[in-house]
Amino acid sequence: MYGLVACGLSLIFGVLRIINFAHGAVMMLGMYTTYWLFTLLKVDPYLSIVVTGPAFFVLGMVIQRTVIEPNRVAAEHNQLLLTLGLALFLENLALVLWQGDFRTVRPPYAGASFVLGEALVEVPRLVACGGAIVMALALFAFLRTTDVGKAIRALAEEPEGALLMGIDVGRIRAVAFGIGSGCVAVAGALVTPFFYVAPDVGESFNIMAFVVVVLGGMGNFVGALLGGFIVGLAESLGATLLPGSLKQLVVFALFVLVLLFRPAGLFGGGRGR
Amino acid sequence: MGAEVLLGLALGALLLAPPFLPPYFLEILISVMLFGYLGAAWNILGGYAGQFSFGHAAYFGIGAYTSTLLFLNLGVTPWLGMLAGGVLAAAFGLFAGYLSFRYGLRGPYFSLVTLAFAEMLRVVAVNTKAVGSSLGLVIPNREPAAVNFIFAGKLPYYYVILAMALAAVWITRRLERSKLGYSLLAIRENEDAAEAAGVDALGMKLRAMALSSFLTALGGTFYAQYFAYIDPTITFGPSVSIQGLLQAIVGGAGTVLGPVVGAFVLTPVSELSRAAIRGRAGVDVMLYGVVLVLVISFLPHGLMGLRRGRGNPPRVPLQ
Amino acid sequence: MDTRLSLLQLDSVTKRFGGLTAVSRFSLTVGAGEIVGLIGPNGAGKTTVFHLLSGFHAPTEGAIRFKGVSVVGAKPHQICRRGLARTFQIVQPFVNLTTLENVMVGAFNRTDDAAAARERALEVLEFVGLGARRDVPARALTLSDRKRLEMARGLATRPELLLLDEVMAGLNPTEIEAIIGLIRRIHAQGVALLIIEHVMQAIMALSQRIVVLHHGEKIAEGRPDDVARDARVIEAYLGART
Repeated sequence: MYGLVACGLSLIFGVLRIINFAHGAVMMLGMYTTYWLFTLLKVDPYLSIVVTGPAFFVLGMVIQRTVIEPNRVAAEHNQLLLTLGLALFLENLALVLWQGDFRTVRPPYAGASFVLGEALVEVPRLVACGGAIVMALALFAFLRTTDVGKAIRALAEEPEGALLMGIDVGRIRAVAFGIGSGCVAVAGALVTPFFYVAPDVGESFNIMAFVVVVLGGMGNFVGALLGGFIVGLAESLGATLLPGSLKQLVVFALFVLVLLFRPAGLFGGGRGR
Repeated sequence: MGAEVLLGLALGALLLAPPFLPPYFLEILISVMLFGYLGAAWNILGGYAGQFSFGHAAYFGIGAYTSTLLFLNLGVTPWLGMLAGGVLAAAFGLFAGYLSFRYGLRGPYFSLVTLAFAEMLRVVAVNTKAVGSSLGLVIPNREPAAVNFIFAGKLPYYYVILAMALAAVWITRRLERSKLGYSLLAIRENEDAAEAAGVDALGMKLRAMALSSFLTALGGTFYAQYFAYIDPTITFGPSVSIQGLLQAIVGGAGTVLGPVVGAFVLTPVSELSRAAIRGRAGVDVMLYGVVLVLVISFLPHGLMGLRRGRGNPPRVPLQ
Repeated sequence: MDTRLSLLQLDSVTKRFGGLTAVSRFSLTVGAGEIVGLIGPNGAGKTTVFHLLSGFHAPTEGAIRFKGVSVVGAKPHQICRRGLARTFQIVQPFVNLTTLENVMVGAFNRTDDAAAARERALEVLEFVGLGARRDVPARALTLSDRKRLEMARGLATRPELLLLDEVMAGLNPTEIEAIIGLIRRIHAQGVALLIIEHVMQAIMALSQRIVVLHHGEKIAEGRPDDVARDARVIEAYLGART
């Protein structure tokens, strides 16, 4: 699951060279959208992806165009702060609008599960996992085959070269940010059947996504998926070995170690910068 | 000259007016001073050395927990505990800083690592019974005693934090005119060129780190004594880290008065908005988000940038 | 050359980046108070040599000695402290600091006192002809002034050897003339210089000795007029230009 969140983040980083702190907040908004669609209009969470995906793609593009793009020349840490400001705004907007209560989406199949061998498999988690993989594959195919996808990759790898090739760099950056936001919103929709919805829910995913992206190598999509797998594994391993929320400690420790020793990611070559 | 007269008047007002203020305003002023102080502490590392820490909550929390635990368990006066917390925080800062700088973490990567360190401490605090787990620690209300950093009214607390904020500003002023200050600015501008000009970048950054974390920890102790209650989320949570940098960024990073000016603008904004929309948490922080985006978009050098162009972070980094 | 007199000594220095050999078994000496020119076509490895000397890169093989002591593994600021300063090919001023403050950073190399550093910086600024620009932020300086600033910052550290990396590139003939004069005055103060330069007339006129680097290897060394007639040098330059 972290993989899909991280894919979007990695895409945004790869193309825009920005570490996006607002990513988790966008996910949170995606979860709320799912929640309201379900509660008010009785739209199935999985069906709502059709709405949330495109809607957040557009939202992402708008955010990029209005807030990020005008500040492209600003110093790196200022861009970091920009997304931090965005995150603060979105999260607390949600807090103001919908209060801090935990909300849940419980479609009939929320509790469905079956036994596979010795493990209990919950259906919604399985769907989320499968959905994440499908999304990631689709994204991968998109980047490989379509013109826009190729342009995005070109921009991520060779910014100057892309400019020379006549690619409308500003538009591609906006599209990349849009796709990243769409991805994370869909991820939000996929987890709502078995997760709570609250204004600060994005934060925990956000930090995990950073870990994943760093693990997999910034801007490396396959790496992001593998990183998601590793983090999931580390977390469940930590959960069995350590009491309470100490499992997070394992993930953070992993994060720090990777940042220090392999800033280009486990699968990248050489040092990042 | 005009500016100096203005500063003198402001200082006079800060010293003399509070006894006559209603408690509500005094509370606000204490917040202003605390945040200005934290901003000034962050500014030494973030504004001057250009190392944007997102994890100053770590030092704040260490300060708050050290003095409180020493007081509750061993009866050590928080005044001493404050220093102990500062030293401990500086040691942790040196450890985290050495690891990050030694392995060449720059820019956003440094920010992420500091964030991770603070979060690790938070998780540890939540899971450690001896420090009250997620419930935190309460300093039971006891007899006011200056020795124990417990005062009857808010006024003495105000003068304590005022003194701390003034000291932080004074230290920054001294720093700005010292070898360390020039070296930090050079590192912020261009670390390679600074090294080539004989600046020991690692050593200087570690000094800034130690000073910044030490001062931040003292703020943690003040917080604990003033509110008599601390928990992992309040002290180690990301919001503390953000508070400090917000004051400095809004006021003007890398300027002596920036953080305090930032606190004078931000704190009233948050208080007013909270007063205007009651019962809805988050309005103030939401506005912080808006202010942050606006300041970076339109005043990249902060409010102090309105006055002069010197000593501010580069808008266009070289290469 | 008598090794007791040599300030800087490189013995068979090799630097590889991955599979690429940037500098190969390169040996060089610079004596106290000497001016040596380091030339070669683009990509010959000249700037890599400077990075090796100033501690930004560590050599893969070979020894580098400054004043008889190895500097391999030393950090840039430690090398600077020992008396070896450099400029950058692409000028790297601290853009938001004033000209004076830029130079003060260098001057702090020899003092901890701000007033003394300021005095030293002012002296150097006068020397390089930037005295009038002392309170201007470095980002407002012209390219020619930035090159002077770069040299001033190096000089303020009180070096015994100063490495100049293309300080004339991009300047017009009048400005080049002025920089040549400045270099001569620096030399007259007893500072040895190792100079990378593409402006041939200037480097030929200034240098007492010239070393030619091509594909990371030394292909010629000697007096300027001898080197200019060397068949391999001519071929390297002509070959590189086609």
